[in-house]
Amino acid sequence: MAITYTSGEQVEVYRFSIPATVLIPLTAVFLQAWLPLRFPFFTIFDLPLLVVIGFATARRNPLAGLVTGGLIGILQDALTHQPIGLYGIALTVVGFGASSLGIKLDVENAGARFLLTIFFYAVHEVIYFMIARGLVGLHMAWSWPHEFLSGMANAVLGVLVFMLLDRVKQRT
Amino acid sequence: MDVLGRYRNLIVLVGVLFAQILGLAVQVNVKRTTDTEPTRLIRVWAVATVAPLEKTLGWLQTSSGNIWHNYFYLRGVRAENRDLKLQIERMSLEQARMSQDADQARRLQALLGFKERFISQTMAAQVIGSSGSELSRSVYIDKGYKDGIKPDMAVITADGIVGKVLRADNRHVAQVLLIDDQTSGVGAILDKTRLQGILRGTPTGEVVLEKVMSDETVPVGELVLTSGGDGIFPKGLLVGKVTKASPGSDLFLNIHVRPAADLSRLEEVLVVTKMDERQSEPDRTGAARAVDILAERLPGVPPKPESAEKVAAPASAPGTAKPATGAPTNSGSEGKPKAPPPPVSAGGGPSATQKTTTAASSSGRSSGIPASTTGPPIVKVTPAPATPVSDPKPQPATEDTPH
Repeated sequence: MAITYTSGEQVEVYRFSIPATVLIPLTAVFLQAWLPLRFPFFTIFDLPLLVVIGFATARRNPLAGLVTGGLIGILQDALTHQPIGLYGIALTVVGFGASSLGIKLDVENAGARFLLTIFFYAVHEVIYFMIARGLVGLHMAWSWPHEFLSGMANAVLGVLVFMLLDRVKQRT
Repeated sequence: MDVLGRYRNLIVLVGVLFAQILGLAVQVNVKRTTDTEPTRLIRVWAVATVAPLEKTLGWLQTSSGNIWHNYFYLRGVRAENRDLKLQIERMSLEQARMSQDADQARRLQALLGFKERFISQTMAAQVIGSSGSELSRSVYIDKGYKDGIKPDMAVITADGIVGKVLRADNRHVAQVLLIDDQTSGVGAILDKTRLQGILRGTPTGEVVLEKVMSDETVPVGELVLTSGGDGIFPKGLLVGKVTKASPGSDLFLNIHVRPAADLSRLEEVLVVTKMDERQSEPDRTGAARAVDILAERLPGVPPKPESAEKVAAPASAPGTAKPATGAPTNSGSEGKPKAPPPPVSAGGGPSATQKTTTAASSSGRSSGIPASTTGPPIVKVTPAPATPVSDPKPQPATEDTPH
């Protein structure tokens, strides 16, 4: 259950096929835009964030992680009416951080993934909040209970999403 | 070189972040100074990528729902039909009574040279997706610039206003900014107290009415209507209801409003594609009167034979004649003896049923919304007392696109 420190030799690196690399993020962004219309409570989830974390920890390549995060974030931004880059910057950092951490830690078990998701959800929210408020000048409401609940919900969903990603990842 | 290789990942990260922050700053600056959209291409491509999936799923959902509702789930339709007929009868009476007041209002407005803005054309659209972000409360509809959608068009439902078209860059997709977004603003007026303010969204998704002075009294439950001052929404459309009013930190009241339209569960909306402005004219065609409609319900007297009618006609005093079958009388021809109404297919004028239907169908026009034959009925849009009623001339047909 605990996050264990492992040597670089013990860590396995995975890759994803091109269709999976393209379709999974697209599906995540699509579901994030579509499901809240049918199930309003779904706005507390952030599927693209979970996919970025899942891809980054499996690939364990910081460059691939930041590029994946940046692209998914920009796609997410493009569907909003806010300036492009808010999600882009936050997910770039998350992608880079998750893949860097994936090199050093064993994140194959559910408990580690749960904690990892909570951690990166918090990182994502803090970066997003700072940029939206400091750079774009948006009024943001920070609510600790909401963030906590949302973090927990995303962590639970994240464990499920990572299990699905495990099925499509391939050993290098 | 060794340092560069060692910190390569970090350098790339800093470079990517710097580029994005720079891009963000440029967008904010350009938007502030020139109000243009430097990222239009990215947005168009992103929407074009995601929208087909959303449309397909939406179509599947609608189709399966239609099959269920139209073929399988028909229980209670007879009873519902009976209730609706009764409701139509009640509303016909009410409408006829109100048309008298409306005609009087039109005469007064004509005297004052009052000009009204009213909705002359709407387009039905289906909500196919959202932005997926709590910070951006907007939805996507399945109509774009090819369908005649343009930015700043009002978007409404039968329950109340929804928002305005923000972008219509794609051919068959447009983005609608909801009224609960923090960047939206709607001119609003309180129904009874006639206090005006600006309706805005908050970061938490609530809707508040701003700029109402704190020395005013706003009762909870009061209706909020559009004031027409924003130039987007016509006056008198229902916005919502006051749920809380308390003194704010400054000179203004803190008024919370619950939108009448359920913004979290939008499915179909109407985009106001055309609004006209014209001077009010008094009703010269003569609307159906309540007494005529009541007469229509009286037991019908069979028409007399022609010979008997000729004999009886001179005897009947002008102004006392009533149509035997309850045909409504035009105010212009009131007092004259009336012949039995011609059959509908004769084409010699509207029958009693037709007139009643016309009168009933024009009930939606009191708020400036044309009656629609196929589209969703707009019956809950409450007109403001000061809202000018539309004139009785035939209005341009409402374009309702079936889905």
